[in-house]
Amino acid sequence: MRLTTGLALLLWAAAASPAAAATVAEGAAVAPGGRILSLGAAVTEIVFALDSGDRLVGADSSSIYPPDADRLPKVGYVRALGAEGLLSLSPDLVLATEEAGPPAAIEALAAAGVPVARVGEGTSVAAALARISAVGAAIGKDVPATTLRAGIERDLATLAAAMAAAAPARPRVMFVLSAGRGGPMVAGTGTAADSMITLAGGANAIDGYAGYKPLAPEAAATAEPEVILTTTQALESLGGADALLDRPEIAATPAGRARRLLAFDAAYLLGFGPRMAQAATDLARALHPGLALPDLASAPGAP
Amino acid sequence: MSQALPAAGRAGARRILPALALVLVAMLVLSLVLGAVAVPPDRVLAALMGQGTGRDAVVVLQLRLPRAIMGGATGAALAVAGATLQGLFRNPLADPGLIGVSSGAALAAAVTIVLGGHLTALLPWLQTAWLLPVAAFAGGLVATRVVGAVATRDGVTSAPGMLLAGIAVNAIAMALVGLLVWMSDDRQLRDFTFWTLGSLAGADWPRTALALPLLLVPMLLLPRLALPLNAMMLGEREAGHLGVAVQRIKRQAVVLSALAVGAAVAATGLIGFVGLVVPHLVRLVAGPDQRLVIPGSALLGASLLMGADALARTLAAPAELPVGLLTSAIGGPFFLWLLTRRAR
Repeated sequence: MRLTTGLALLLWAAAASPAAAATVAEGAAVAPGGRILSLGAAVTEIVFALDSGDRLVGADSSSIYPPDADRLPKVGYVRALGAEGLLSLSPDLVLATEEAGPPAAIEALAAAGVPVARVGEGTSVAAALARISAVGAAIGKDVPATTLRAGIERDLATLAAAMAAAAPARPRVMFVLSAGRGGPMVAGTGTAADSMITLAGGANAIDGYAGYKPLAPEAAATAEPEVILTTTQALESLGGADALLDRPEIAATPAGRARRLLAFDAAYLLGFGPRMAQAATDLARALHPGLALPDLASAPGAP
Repeated sequence: MSQALPAAGRAGARRILPALALVLVAMLVLSLVLGAVAVPPDRVLAALMGQGTGRDAVVVLQLRLPRAIMGGATGAALAVAGATLQGLFRNPLADPGLIGVSSGAALAAAVTIVLGGHLTALLPWLQTAWLLPVAAFAGGLVATRVVGAVATRDGVTSAPGMLLAGIAVNAIAMALVGLLVWMSDDRQLRDFTFWTLGSLAGADWPRTALALPLLLVPMLLLPRLALPLNAMMLGEREAGHLGVAVQRIKRQAVVLSALAVGAAVAATGLIGFVGLVVPHLVRLVAGPDQRLVIPGSALLGASLLMGADALARTLAAPAELPVGLLTSAIGGPFFLWLLTRRAR
């Protein structure tokens, strides 16, 4: 019967799929705390900053910095993980942001005897510092974590002191996440971009809503941004700075007329990871060109 | 149900149910053996017998087995509901989405994903992990209830009226979903997008145990409507003359289908193709007799979703593909092949 033949072929195709070869051999004997699986870009970057990147056996798809992180086996979108895929990497420890899920996948790790350390995902300085301590404690790197934190706190204090001393005017900054058919997606309050603009001595031009929203032309005119801030990734997808500055919503603003546009790498600017003090200082330099800001002592390096 | 099948069925028609049952068994074996973690078949068997070592036992008994059962039950429920509604509406393009259940569930899911934070802040006893499936199930049923109420005049539900009301309810629900998408942040938008692609990754034993009765009850009751639905293929008035209680059958078919699809969507998100095309696949081989189409759709729907999920778990390992992609990717070409065969 041809139906059964067809279904048998389908079955065979399924069985012969390359997936069978893509599995990872199990049972590699590693001391407890050895093999780390990281779920969340913020966590991955901290593990590397604590010189433990070589212990990572996998990461979620958002973990693309530093470049070595991008070469790790990827377990997919951090909110749609499959328990068996995580187990197939034989981790001794899973570091996961609170958003990692679904819950069933994370619960299954515990059932299989794999310890899971959950880490907060806030985009504020306090949350970022707490995250570094939490990751340090989970992977047995408390002392390096304390050193890393102290360096960031010192750099942020240096930046804050320099800004307080010079007391420059705070330029109104509008952060554009992306620009699709619905108009530019612009950061309101409570966003990582909002925190970063404040740290760098700017003022978010949008304070009427929280999160990201498509910007209406009238709202752009009312906001009167003096600087447009965006990510290099957004500029790439738009096809360059002119494409963004020439948009009608933007062109009519003070920033559009002065063609004042700044772009930084998305993870660098918004990640609130180990490089956040460097990113805030870079942004402050760009926002206040006349201001001499001191060099940072402990910066892990710009992208 | 007690009548014997007509002897002069289409060639192979009578053998389709045993053949599909074999396929289902094969897919069950496949989904227990395939996976990101390499577990040889003998150790899969040992784990099933309760003699597996720690990780084998977790992978086979806690991860693969509940997923296979949830996948099978969901696929069967979607396909049976599709077969029933196509018969009821005498419309080959009817799919469970037409009575509003999918868009109602999608709206409820979007509300939960985008506004769930506010809800749990007001009512801390709500468990977000359970809120989404419960809300999706309820949303699907409410939308179907609205469609049914609009299409019912003087105790008589009009089938074309349901189709039209379904279109209107779908449009309203999708407009509200669009509003919620507009309100959502990046993460919520991604969550919702993945939900619309379907996944069995959340299928552990507690969730499977909760969904299973809701999926199985309609699946066991709907085949009882096969004979009246056969009569209704002639037209509703003709079926009435044959002694079919048309209004009662319509009502049961819609309520049971909505239950089945609502539970399926709640458990796994939106999974396309199964409800629309699996009944056609069965009909192409077995003919239009609902006594074969409904159980055949159950078997084939279960097999398709189980097999698709086995691939979803392994093709991109250690990551997972959304299973809704694979049901269409596997089923689509197979459907085309059957169509070209028939055309010759």
